[in-house]
This record gives sequence, structure tokens and C-alpha cells, in this order.
Amino acid sequence: MNAFRPPSPSLRFIPVWRRNFLVWRKLAIPSVLGNLADPMIYMLGLGYGLGALLPEVGGVSYLAFLAAGTVCFSTMNAATFEALYSAFSRMQVQKTWEAILNAPVALDDLVLAELVWAASKASLSGAAILAVVAALGLVSSPLALWALPVVFLAGLAFAALGLIVTALAPSYDFFMYYFTLIVTPMTLISGVFFPVEQLPAAFQALSSLLPLSHAVKLARPLLLGEAPPAAALHIAVLAGYAVTAFWLALGLARRRLLK
Amino acid sequence: MDTLNVNGLAKSYGSTAVLQGLTFELRPGECYGLLGPNGAGKTTTLRCALGLTAPDAGTIRLAGLPVPERAREARSRVGIVPQMDNLDPDFTAAENLLVYGRYFGLPDRAVHERIPRLLEFAGLGGRAEAKINTLSGGMKRRLTLARALVNDPDILFLDEPTTGLDPQARHLIWERLKQLLAQGKTVLLTTHFMDEAERLCHRLAIMDRGRFIAEGSPREVIAAHIEPEVVEVYGEPGGAPAGPPQGGAAKDMEQAQPANEQHPLPRERGRGDGSLMSAADWAREEAAQFATRVEVTGETAFCYLTESAPLLRHLAGRQGLRYLHRPANLEDVFLKLTGRDLRD
Repeated sequence: MNAFRPPSPSLRFIPVWRRNFLVWRKLAIPSVLGNLADPMIYMLGLGYGLGALLPEVGGVSYLAFLAAGTVCFSTMNAATFEALYSAFSRMQVQKTWEAILNAPVALDDLVLAELVWAASKASLSGAAILAVVAALGLVSSPLALWALPVVFLAGLAFAALGLIVTALAPSYDFFMYYFTLIVTPMTLISGVFFPVEQLPAAFQALSSLLPLSHAVKLARPLLLGEAPPAAALHIAVLAGYAVTAFWLALGLARRRLLK
Repeated sequence: MDTLNVNGLAKSYGSTAVLQGLTFELRPGECYGLLGPNGAGKTTTLRCALGLTAPDAGTIRLAGLPVPERAREARSRVGIVPQMDNLDPDFTAAENLLVYGRYFGLPDRAVHERIPRLLEFAGLGGRAEAKINTLSGGMKRRLTLARALVNDPDILFLDEPTTGLDPQARHLIWERLKQLLAQGKTVLLTTHFMDEAERLCHRLAIMDRGRFIAEGSPREVIAAHIEPEVVEVYGEPGGAPAGPPQGGAAKDMEQAQPANEQHPLPRERGRGDGSLMSAADWAREEAAQFATRVEVTGETAFCYLTESAPLLRHLAGRQGLRYLHRPANLEDVFLKLTGRDLRD
């Protein structure tokens, strides 16, 4: 059978999602604090430190500019870490996937569960940052709540990309390539820390292809109380990444595990 | 009741044919054993039967459903004890059962009801809240067995269920399997412990290189493939070039040692010319007249025969050689059919 045939998941992905949720619940407080502390330190450090040197960025204070970038950046990180390290542990090290596949759960259900779970966890992380950002008075209107579905959608896209890497990874060391070659450069050219317009034209073009810059283009106006321009395009790109990468990740996982 | 029917199952990886046309079926309520050296294709057979690997040829029906097409459904009637424990290390014993039950679509209420009975069955009563890493190897195996029963399956697949366990833990697992068989469950067991297979299996197949090379009840297989009696002949420690015979047989051997050979070494004579004779030399020169078949491995000669009295009389008069006389068992058949070479 062709490993890259279309995914055909069922609702059996839900008990697998609940399994991951139950594990997370046991470690929820350190997990949330860990996901929160790092990006907040970056945001406040850069926002106040660097922000003091800058009159304004993109028409607002640097800290307010950075808020949306931080929400998206930490969503990406949370989804990526879950889809790489945690999913790999369950697949390869703990053999949790093997146990689940012996039950009436198909690999399609399992990979979908990992996808939705990583996006859920990323959303928690994104929502926590959003709450802190709001508490700091950096959010202008209830429109900012729309950032939550954006965060979930971005979480799906980054989790799906991460699952591709996991399905290919021989060991944990492999993930360093993904971070060094993809995640870090993407972060720097997607408008997280500074406007994309600062970049040379070639990088701007490249940036417009990357999922993180589409997430930022949705989240930043929402946090500043505006409707994002060309929202449909950005949503479609993120959804496209999520669906295509999930399909590919599932195909690679089938090839790896169902041989 | 529908169990497992496999017909003409074949599977290759690249140019290596792992399964070469297996046909077998499980009778309801029986324990069927798949025996074979490492790499014989046992685990691949199980994976195909569960729909986790698509075969290149052949048909499989599990619980009456075609596999792999409807494997997801079929697996809901099956319980599986995998070769390696894969319990969830983040959960307690009870949570492991609860979460696993959810994969079968069972409501939490139904699983909560079953948990105390399952833990009791596994000899883990009172351990519901125990963390997995606090359990011994035997306890983990039993919890894995309990987990395989969470959906009250009709069919159980056990892939080397007692590998790595101490004798107490093995016996407890065997006892539980017998109870499950008595309840009418059908069991497919892979193992390379021949005593385990002889003890538990109603029928079994010996596999090698993806083929069945013998099938039947343990007694039938022994009767069909090997002489009924075995005499193992060893050189006396110190008398044979390779030193003492190795392994667990040494203890049995001492019991079998004839009274006239219990003297310490200095009094030994060996051959008339004064030199000691190794078991290998003896086998080469003299064994053929007594045994139907002789196999020599290291310093042990295995003599397979139908009538043992002449050989035993001969050995009783020999110094420098010790022996163990026993009925042929499944392990003899296994070694005869699959050879004595290591399979790594």
C-alpha cells in the first residue's frame, strides 16, 4: 500500500489526545511556567532594554510591537518542541506508539492526536503569554481574543512541520539541524523582533513564504486592536502548511512504522 | 467463534523473504505456539496478523474480519502482550489500564469497574496507585497482561511473554495463561523457550526462515521428528581438553553419574593405553554402533536413539565419560530442525 495515500483518521484520536493531556496535567505548573518564563524574559528584556533606544517601531512602542511576535514565537517553539522531543520519546524511546497501535487505533489517528495535542499545548502557552501581555496593558481591545484561534492554527502548522522531522529522525541529535537550519533563521526573518520591511527584498520574499510571518501578520494587528489585512490569505497559508505537512508526516511515519 | 486464519502469507524486505507462504489457523480455545530462532519471522507474522504490516501475498482474517483492510476493528477483539514492555511510565498501574481501555472506546465507568479485578488477576491487588518504575520486571509483565485483558478479548497474542523473567514470575504467568485458556480464550504464543511451549501449547509450529518446518501437538512433533530417547555424553572435568561441560546441564549430569564413576580424578584410567578420551573422540570412534544419530557440539555428544540399554551398559563400563539419559523433548526437535548455529 502506498504510504502517502490520503490520511483517513477517525475519532479514536481523542483518547490518544487525552492520554497526552493526562500526562501534561501531572506536570502542568512547571510546564506552563517553563513555556512562559523564557519568552517573557526575551520580551521584557528586549522590549524595555532595546525599546528604550527606539522611538517607536511600526507605529507603536517596541514592547507593544514585540508582544505579538512573542506570542507567535512561543507558540511555534511550544508546538515544535512537543512535536519533536516529546513525540519522538513516545514513538521511539518509550514505545508508547507501539502500545497504542496494538489497540484499535490506526497510525492516522495517532499522528492526528499528536498534531492536535501539540497545537493544544502550544495554544496554552500562547494564551498564557497573551494573558501576561494583556495584564501589562499592551492589548488594546477584545479583538485580541481572536489571537487565540490564530495561535491554535499556527500551532497546527508548526506541529505538523515538526512531526515530519520526527518521522525522519534517527535520534534526538537530528533535531538540532531543524532548529539551526530552519527554526532560528525563520524566527529572524518573520517579523518577530523587527518589521520585515527592514530586510532586503530577497529576504522579504522568502519571509512571505514562511508560516511564522503569516502568523505574525495575523496576530500583530489583532493585539493592536485592528482587523488584520488579507486575513484570509494568511489563514489559508497556515492551514495549507498544516494539512500538507500533516499528510507528509503521516506518510513518513507509515513508511517508518508500518513496514 | 472466529479466531485467526492465515493463508499463504508472504512478506519480503528488499531481497530478503521474511515470510514464505505461511498457512495456519487457531482453533477456538486453544493455545497455538509459534516457535523459531531469532529472525525466523515470528514477530513479523504477528504484525501481519494485526494489520500493522501489509503482507506481499496471502490472506488474513482476524476475528472474522479481513486484515489489513479492517484491522482497526479486528484489533478490538484482541489483547496483545508485546515482546518489550511499553507501559506508560508517567502513569500509575490503574491509570495505565484506564487510558488503555479508552483506546478501545470503552467508557471510563466500565474500565473503572474492571480495574480492581484485572489488578487482582495480575497479582497486583493493592498496587493500583503504584508508579510503573517502582514495579519489578515480573510485575510489569503481569500489568501488561492485565492491560491486554482490559477489553475482555476473545483472542490473545503473546510475543515472548516470559523472556527475562525469573522462574517464579514465569510460573505465575503460565498459571494465568492456563486460567485464561480455561475461560475459553484463544491464545497465540511466540516463544523460544521449549519448556514453555511444551507446557502451554495445544499445538505449535516450528518456524525457520519464514517457513513452517513442523506443526502439530508437542507430542506429535516430537514423535514425528526425533528418536524418543537421548543420552548426552560429556568428558569428565579435567579429562577432556575443553574442561568442564557448561551450562545448567551440569547439575542433572551429576545425578545421572553412575556410582562407579564418583571417584576423584586421580584414580581415573580412561582408555586401556592410559590416556583419557574426550566425549568428541568417543563419539567419533564408538557412538555410531549404539545410536541412530549422534551430534557433537564442543565437548558434548548428543546420542539420539530408540533403544538406550546397550549404550548405557557401554557407558557404565567407561571411565572418563559421564552421561545424562532422558526422553527426547521439543528442544531436541528444535535444534535438529533449525540447527545449532547461532542466529544473531
